[in-house]
Amino acid sequence: MNREAMLNAAVLLALVAVPGWALWAGEPFTITLATRAVIFALAAVGLNIALGLGGMVSLGHAVYFGVGGYAMGILAWHAQSYTPLVEALAIPGTKSMPVIWLVAVISSALAALVIGVLALRTSGVYFIMITLAFGQMVYFFAISWPAYGGEDGLSIYVRNGFPGLNTLVPVQFYGLCLMVLLAVLALNWRLARSPFGLALNAARQVPQRVETVGLDPTRVKLVALVISGAVTGLAGALFADLNRFVSTTMLSWQMSGEIMVFVIIGGVGRLFGPVVGAGLYVILEHFLGDLSDYWQVFLGLILLAVVLFGRGGLVGIVAGRARTHG
Amino acid sequence: MAEVVLSTRGITKRFGAVTASEDISLDLRAGEIHAVIGPNGAGKSTLIAQICGGLAPDAGRVEFLGRDVTARPVRARARMGLARTFQISALAMEDTVLQNALLGALGASGRPWRFLRGVLTERSLRDRAEAALARVGLDDVAAVRTAELSHGQRRLLEVAVALTLAPRAFVMDEPMAGLGSEGSERLTTLLGSLRREAPILLVEHDMDAVFALADRVSVLVYGRVIATGTLDEIRADPAVREAYLGDAA
Ligand SMILES: Nc1ncnc2c1ncn2[C@@H]1O[C@H](COP(=O)(O)OP(=O)(O)OP(=O)(O)O)[C@@H](O)[C@H]1O
Ligand SMILES: [Mg+2]
Repeated sequence: MNREAMLNAAVLLALVAVPGWALWAGEPFTITLATRAVIFALAAVGLNIALGLGGMVSLGHAVYFGVGGYAMGILAWHAQSYTPLVEALAIPGTKSMPVIWLVAVISSALAALVIGVLALRTSGVYFIMITLAFGQMVYFFAISWPAYGGEDGLSIYVRNGFPGLNTLVPVQFYGLCLMVLLAVLALNWRLARSPFGLALNAARQVPQRVETVGLDPTRVKLVALVISGAVTGLAGALFADLNRFVSTTMLSWQMSGEIMVFVIIGGVGRLFGPVVGAGLYVILEHFLGDLSDYWQVFLGLILLAVVLFGRGGLVGIVAGRARTHG
Repeated sequence: MAEVVLSTRGITKRFGAVTASEDISLDLRAGEIHAVIGPNGAGKSTLIAQICGGLAPDAGRVEFLGRDVTARPVRARARMGLARTFQISALAMEDTVLQNALLGALGASGRPWRFLRGVLTERSLRDRAEAALARVGLDDVAAVRTAELSHGQRRLLEVAVALTLAPRAFVMDEPMAGLGSEGSERLTTLLGSLRREAPILLVEHDMDAVFALADRVSVLVYGRVIATGTLDEIRADPAVREAYLGDAA
């Protein structure tokens, strides 16, 4: 095993061991913290597909996170208030996670498609600015839309259900989120080694080469952005379920920035980079957040150190340069 | 006379006051190597960019396989079978040599929309990529990161990627540039055998290679073709001697 594989295995082991430790140490709240970390990690894995594989610096991933969150909020709100979702067709809301996830994935993928079609006409700084601008547009739209709570957000009374599980038990919900994360990581791993991944990798590095072999680098990137948005949207639905609350905070540019920070601290383009980054963030937030309101200064320092000294993030610092696949 | 595979008709391109291409009409015929020579800044790379797409001519048109492709994008021309190599290597530096060749094979297959299958497990793509690497002699560095290749090896990889496309015509921009004598001899032999598979429009500064390979030569000076003909005709042409060969040969 190389060092990166060892590090990944250690992170995996820690994630699996958290609930056991929490129960043994009598600190059940740790499970909720770990759930938060896992969901943030999932959101960041989504961004890493666009950023790490595709080289698309999207500063608007809060859109997908928030769309996923509102997909959950709106469906569950209609279900709990017994109001039909679509009056004319008498389509009801739902409290079923699989259905909610599906809706979250499809709507965030659509959002990524629309944004991608427009943003991918540009590149570099302009791409960053356009994704940021879309983020702001969606954010202000959500604030001014009175139907679903506007600035106050939407509260959901009871966590949504998953067949065969009691999601109200923290450890079961944690296990569910962890399974989703692992499934998406497996998908990410295969994607990077697939024909599509090869084309995407090249589209990031030398788009003109991709064109000269007869492929369309922009379309390849667009598809990657859609997959990326869908994953982050799924994370948004889980995050809303964790908090039983969704608000425009999930759509804010600060949220986009945080997702970006997870990826950069952990390691852009490294499979477990987003997991390491999100984990560290949640740990710092918990321990330093108690000590000082300005804990994010420490986060900033770590970010600075990573950007200055280790391009591959923490994973890169521990495991060295990325190996080329295959 | 052999069939015309690729041709330009009256191509003109201006960059402000510079006329990089002026009324250029060239043919590439089946089975031949047509060399384009000319001093630095003559407009050779600009011509290639217009032939392969990516740069639209101000006037004139490009025909490939009997069709007007002037308005078609780079990738459409590539899919028709036009393979280009770049003067400055355009390779995925973080990827392995094999991956770069695989990209060509993938492009030729036209099926990049597969997301879960390992690309290395696809026998047909891999065979194609490995065969191309073997032909340029890069098979023993297939697993090396492209960034770690020597300059000469990168030039060879450029050619290997073009080979994976099994094209109807090659357009090569100074493939010998920066190759050592061993490398250029090897490439000269390879290109010589390649012309039977597909004709080559060869921009080249290495006159030894041009004399060894070219069936016909066009001389480009200040964006204009001042002569086209066989090697002997070009050697004898007074305008060429004055403008170009005089100080190069
Ligand atoms: N994008 C551009 N904008 C402005 N001028 C350009 C551009 N591309 C090329 N030129 C000019 O057009 C002329 C032809 O350039 P080109 O690169 O085609 O020459 P070349 O024959 O390939 O030279 P070399 O032997 O150095 O490769 C030069 O004067 C160059 O400065
Ligand atoms: Mg040139």
